[in-house]
Amino acid sequence: MSALVEVRDLARVFDVSAPWLNRLVERKPRQFVHAVDGVSFAIERGRTLALVGESGCGKSTVARLLVGLHAPSRGEVHFDGQRIDSMAAGAALRALRRRMQMIFQDPYASLNPRWRVLDIVAEPLREHGLVQGAAAQAARVGELLRSVGLAEADAQKFPHQFSGGQRQRISIARALATEPEFLVCDEPTSALDVSVQAQVLNIMKDLQKARGLTYLFISHNLAVVRHVSDEVGVMYLGRLVEQAPKAALFSQPRHPYTRMLLDAIPDIGMSGRARTPVQGEVPNPLDPPRGCAFHPRCPHANERCSRERPALATFQGIRVACHAVEEGRIR
Amino acid sequence: MSAPATTTTPLLEVKDLVVEFPTRRGTLRALDQVSFSIAPGEILGVVGESGAGKSLTGAAIIGLLEPPGRIAGGEIRLRGERIDTLPPEAMRRIRGKRIGAIFQDPLTSLNPLFTVGQQLAETIRAHLPLSEQQARERAIQLLADTGIPAPEARFGQYPHQFSGGMRQRVVIALALAAEPELIVADEPTTALDVSIQAQIIALLKRLAREHGTAVMLVTHDMGVIAETCDRVAVLYAGRVAEIGPVAEVIHRPAHPYTRGLMGSIPAMDGERERLAQIEGAMPRLNAIPPGCAYHPRCPHVEPRCRAERPELMDAGATHAACWRVAAVAPAREGTA
Repeated sequence: MSALVEVRDLARVFDVSAPWLNRLVERKPRQFVHAVDGVSFAIERGRTLALVGESGCGKSTVARLLVGLHAPSRGEVHFDGQRIDSMAAGAALRALRRRMQMIFQDPYASLNPRWRVLDIVAEPLREHGLVQGAAAQAARVGELLRSVGLAEADAQKFPHQFSGGQRQRISIARALATEPEFLVCDEPTSALDVSVQAQVLNIMKDLQKARGLTYLFISHNLAVVRHVSDEVGVMYLGRLVEQAPKAALFSQPRHPYTRMLLDAIPDIGMSGRARTPVQGEVPNPLDPPRGCAFHPRCPHANERCSRERPALATFQGIRVACHAVEEGRIR
Repeated sequence: MSAPATTTTPLLEVKDLVVEFPTRRGTLRALDQVSFSIAPGEILGVVGESGAGKSLTGAAIIGLLEPPGRIAGGEIRLRGERIDTLPPEAMRRIRGKRIGAIFQDPLTSLNPLFTVGQQLAETIRAHLPLSEQQARERAIQLLADTGIPAPEARFGQYPHQFSGGMRQRVVIALALAAEPELIVADEPTTALDVSIQAQIIALLKRLAREHGTAVMLVTHDMGVIAETCDRVAVLYAGRVAEIGPVAEVIHRPAHPYTRGLMGSIPAMDGERERLAQIEGAMPRLNAIPPGCAYHPRCPHVEPRCRAERPELMDAGATHAACWRVAAVAPAREGTA
């Protein structure tokens, strides 16, 4: 089976230095953030890979690199067998771009408040010249709106007339307009209430089944990730620390950070399990710890962890970057 | 019908609270006869979706309703004494001294121009008769209590030098500064990452237990409620839909809305192919349906639900505002 999307050693460095004059006068050094630092994964057609992690771990940057909103500093992005990160702008790239779309977190910010829903959803159709003629476009928009559980008549309304959940459905309808195969969803439900989140997640699952869509799903909510994903990647300070099939990751997390994340979720089942209190906070990404980035918070860290950065290694189909797991110190 | 008699007198009692917003197109009723009480040392969770009125309830209690919002009915009592009718100056003295407040975004609660220590010491001295030196010692003690490492060094730092989780600890220290009897915490962990959220929840629980402080915890996160609270009130369209012990409300909800809400949460245990979803959305304040506010979305709607508004009724372990509860459990009334 071949992967629809494949990412190899992807990295993105942001220059966050002070302005030139300040550097000169105040003798400040240049500063760089390694937002994404050597991430590799593959997503097979029709499957969902979820990336989880805390704020600042680089998960949204990965999403933006994939759809071309940022250019990678290093590494490769392959889509359906073609390398797209270095492709020159042109007809071939546009044709590929049409096949991948993105859904953003905030449905209040991602829809133009001055446009009618008709124009919002029809824009990709016009942009890519997919449907000609106003009548045909309106018909196609109505069809798209129906597929996300909205009414055809909603096309004449403005975004402010909709609730958060309905707006997110409009975003999904717009993303589906070009009939993409691959959707990048960056925290699509975190701005929504739980009952509305359920509606949106159900629609996303139904659409995946009906159209064979492939998803990259970015979220900080492990319960949501558990619900939607097939495969889960856990990120910490720009690196993938563990990647495993959903069942394996949730039943037997390997990496100490994954364990900590799972342990930190408030327990609605109220099983009364004892929780190991989490120590510390995510370090400053401007000045990440040497060696394994997690070692200052890790209960299993030793001298090697503070010196040598662990590589992602595969154990029984699970990829994990941890010296303690590799050495068999934890299991 | 009365709520089950508690052995202690409630610390906070909210009775038939009505909050209204006058607008050009008529008056909107944002809270409609909300009643509940909190005992000393108890943590009451208030949950609901955006716009259900949970933050408004907290704002009304601490006397910080944004104008033109106003309390149009009902009463709020702190240890039996009415506080909703107090003049602003008297309410200001209660706020901070007897009621502490924690808000979602710690940055908006802290002044960026003063050090954390100055803000803490000022709050302490505003409410307690302490010297500058004593206030400083107490401030450092509070910072240590909330789990901030090296509190002496942190005392002289500004809010921007703290991370999000550390800032929220400072806000909690501020709220605790005058040893209040009640803390109103409005989404205190929503802006934080899960690992930090767990630390803050553990901190709130420990402090409530050690100081005997009652807490009203407003959140939309059922997981946080389950971990933290003794009892929980579920709000819907400005009304209490259900209230009861947290285990009962979560595992054996009586109100169809609570049941729908629980079903829509992706679970960490067990597998569900589809999430239960509640059709439609919560009504806007200018279009609250007659009768039970939930009836247009309720799968069990009966003619009575459309005509008559249900009060909170005894539903066994919880109290629910639902006519079905009345139909199912009329026999309990005599025995309860």
